[in-house]
Amino acid sequence: MSPAVSRIARLLGVAAIPLAILGVFFALPVVGMVSRGFWADGTFDPGAVLGVLGRPRVHRVLWFTLWSASLGTLLSLALGLPAAHVLYRRRFPGVSVLRAALLAPFVLPTVVVGVAFRQLVGESGPLGFLGIDGSPIAIIAGLVFFNASVVIRIVGGAWESLDPRAGEAAAALGAGPWQVLRTVTLPALRPSLVSAASVVFLFCATAFGVVLTLGGLAYSSVETEIYLLTANLLDLQAAAALSVLQLVVVTGLLLAAARARRTPDPALSRILARPRRLSSGDLPALGGTALLGLLVAGPILALVAGSLRHDDAWTLANYRALATTGEQQALIAPVTDALVTSLRTAFDATWMSLLLGLTVAVVVTRRSRSVSERRVRSVLDGVFMLPLGVSAVTLGFGFLITLDRPPLDLRDSPLLVPIAQALVALPLVVRTLVPVLAGVDDRLRQAAATLGAAPWRASLTVDLPVVARPLLAAAGFAFAVSLGEFGATSFLARDEHPTLPVVIFGLIGHPGPMNYGMALAASVVLASTTAAVMLAVERLHVPVGSF
Amino acid sequence: MLSLRDVSVSYDGVPAVVDVDLELPDGEVLAVLGPSGCGKSTLLRAVAGLEPLTSGSVSWDGADLRGVPTHRRGFALLFQDGQLFGHLTVARNVGYALRLRRAPNVRERVAELLELVGLAGYGDRLPATLSGGERQRVALARALAAEPRLLLLDEPLSALDAGLRERLAADLRTILRGAGTTALMVTHDHEEAFTVADRLAVMRAGGVVQDGPIAEVWREPVDPETALFLGYARVFRDDAAAAILAAAGRPPAPAVAVRRSALTVDAHGQLTGVVLSSRATPEQIRLVVDVPGVGEADAVAPLDSHPAVGQPARLAVDSGRLAVWVTAPAPL
Repeated sequence: MSPAVSRIARLLGVAAIPLAILGVFFALPVVGMVSRGFWADGTFDPGAVLGVLGRPRVHRVLWFTLWSASLGTLLSLALGLPAAHVLYRRRFPGVSVLRAALLAPFVLPTVVVGVAFRQLVGESGPLGFLGIDGSPIAIIAGLVFFNASVVIRIVGGAWESLDPRAGEAAAALGAGPWQVLRTVTLPALRPSLVSAASVVFLFCATAFGVVLTLGGLAYSSVETEIYLLTANLLDLQAAAALSVLQLVVVTGLLLAAARARRTPDPALSRILARPRRLSSGDLPALGGTALLGLLVAGPILALVAGSLRHDDAWTLANYRALATTGEQQALIAPVTDALVTSLRTAFDATWMSLLLGLTVAVVVTRRSRSVSERRVRSVLDGVFMLPLGVSAVTLGFGFLITLDRPPLDLRDSPLLVPIAQALVALPLVVRTLVPVLAGVDDRLRQAAATLGAAPWRASLTVDLPVVARPLLAAAGFAFAVSLGEFGATSFLARDEHPTLPVVIFGLIGHPGPMNYGMALAASVVLASTTAAVMLAVERLHVPVGSF
Repeated sequence: MLSLRDVSVSYDGVPAVVDVDLELPDGEVLAVLGPSGCGKSTLLRAVAGLEPLTSGSVSWDGADLRGVPTHRRGFALLFQDGQLFGHLTVARNVGYALRLRRAPNVRERVAELLELVGLAGYGDRLPATLSGGERQRVALARALAAEPRLLLLDEPLSALDAGLRERLAADLRTILRGAGTTALMVTHDHEEAFTVADRLAVMRAGGVVQDGPIAEVWREPVDPETALFLGYARVFRDDAAAAILAAAGRPPAPAVAVRRSALTVDAHGQLTGVVLSSRATPEQIRLVVDVPGVGEADAVAPLDSHPAVGQPARLAVDSGRLAVWVTAPAPL
């Protein structure tokens, strides 16, 4: 065997374990779910699946998904860019607190945000007079609430390390602040802008919890429609058709974004610029940041205030009720049990996604010696991003129908939910670790080797110190994602051991003011747990790579 | 004319530039020379309007520039590494300022400027495909295109290798002269300063210690530290100074700075010493000689001579390569 071939063989050997895991717990359920739609009553019937795409309701769903995601992306960029500028290029008292506050929505559980917005704009809410409850406006505001923080995170990281001297050179040539922004800064930020826009569009188009809680049955996106079709209508053909369509479109979008990002890389010099003091020129950006601050603070404050109200009085009754099963036995187990379940599940999901993500990150970042080796690595990189492109609902339902018989009968296994959540968190973990590992100069490892260090020892010396903090940050992300995961979990959580988001969704569905109050209180508990994890991550100050 | 009055700049309370006074008449090139960390780049950025002044004033033709933003000052800035816009071609980089002001005939003007810096035909290239020297030339053309009232150069040649630096310094001089550009350049390299500038200001620890026409500063450095920074090899005091001055046929003085090439091996020389070490360079042989009454001194000999270590040597002193202090300067 030639050395190059044996290197690739060894590479695939290391990748075999994560690939097998991905095969069993991702490809198998997704294919199972999709094929269930194509094989109706034992016969292959692709025509019926295509026929689904001709339904008027499906057209409405597709159109709504498209325009709400586009508008959500545009508005997230419009509010996120000024905030990224203010939070990463300017210094003022309290900037780090503000930054943490505006970054936190990124991982807030979608169900919580849905509940918070309903509390704000619902009939009895402080903004109830606007009459936007259940309207697309509320849904889009919810999407922007989440995704502006994604824009800030991705673009802010790039902006922070952008060499300010190119802009200074332009100013010295006579360019005013807006001209500098348009002709120098934005072109230099282009890769991160494309990256942020595509990932935000992706998140908007596949948003589940927000659309389901705010849109109900009136406004449905592809993702919620898949849920309604499988869980309520049992129309697997239509669900399969939408799943396939979603997979194709999202994969195409990811490929297009990767291509757009790759073209002219202006070999930017990266430095950590000193943030400057605020000046009057920053007023427009400050205005945008303030607007975003209101959008983020409004629903959260309404949620917290609502959770403290019962029978028109300020009280902790809603929180005390969390130890019960609610009015009219709305729940099987008390909410406090669900919190314990959520934490335990998140812990398991975290170590799983870290183990898997770290292996993947190491495999795809090692330096390639040949073109074919590099190709194998980049294909692997793409394969492990796939969970980003598949509806969590599809994944969850696929688990249910494929992992239900020996040798893989996991229906009653407590690991089923963590495995699904680990796969949902995997792309985020990989994207946090890959840029860091890729940034390690291979010559450092070579230097260690020439000094007598074996490969594992060289890695311990060179990689571990670099990757320790990002690994911790990735753990935080995975934990937070798992705490809030709703799409897949809604199918998989066992009735007697639900997670917190599932319980909250159940509580909103049950009548009774106490149940609603408990939903608010549980949302506050879940949001504060996630926010605490995120604040800890924020202190590590690790940027997330582009998708 | 650029005037700086009592200019001070500090970062978070730490002073970087302290009470600097400078004047730069139109059409001249002033080099601010100083070791790294002396505050010279900060001074340049303050002139450009990129750093706020803590106190003092920067004015142009008598008009105070306080509150005038960088893009309205008409001072183009050339960075050490050019800072070309990576997403624009060479031609669009050079034409940047012209497009901003919607000037006519941009294409012709860009071609002229590229011709001037010796890069005709490079218009369609991207900056990433250029060498370091080419990039600096494009950056210079881009700055000149703005027709700045004042051109600011921040270590414009430091990022280049030695041979290229020398050539480009001479070109820079010719181009600035030809265009009659008023320019303020900061550098840590005294050779670069001598090649390009008319006037010299020496900066140390945030303050200007000396400024004037370049030959004058060169001939009469204000103190021994300045002399050593300007390339003088050693400073002698008292009796040693008197011995060297006597050999040069000049009256005694409290201190004298000596360039490496001031003492040459010469059969008719006035000084005698013992060769301590000898090292050949491409142009001459460099010696260290122990001269009684003076101490260790540097000297040079022609390449075809072979002064051996331990042998006596006679040395002549070139009076033009000394800097003399008539009153005792501060100790180092």
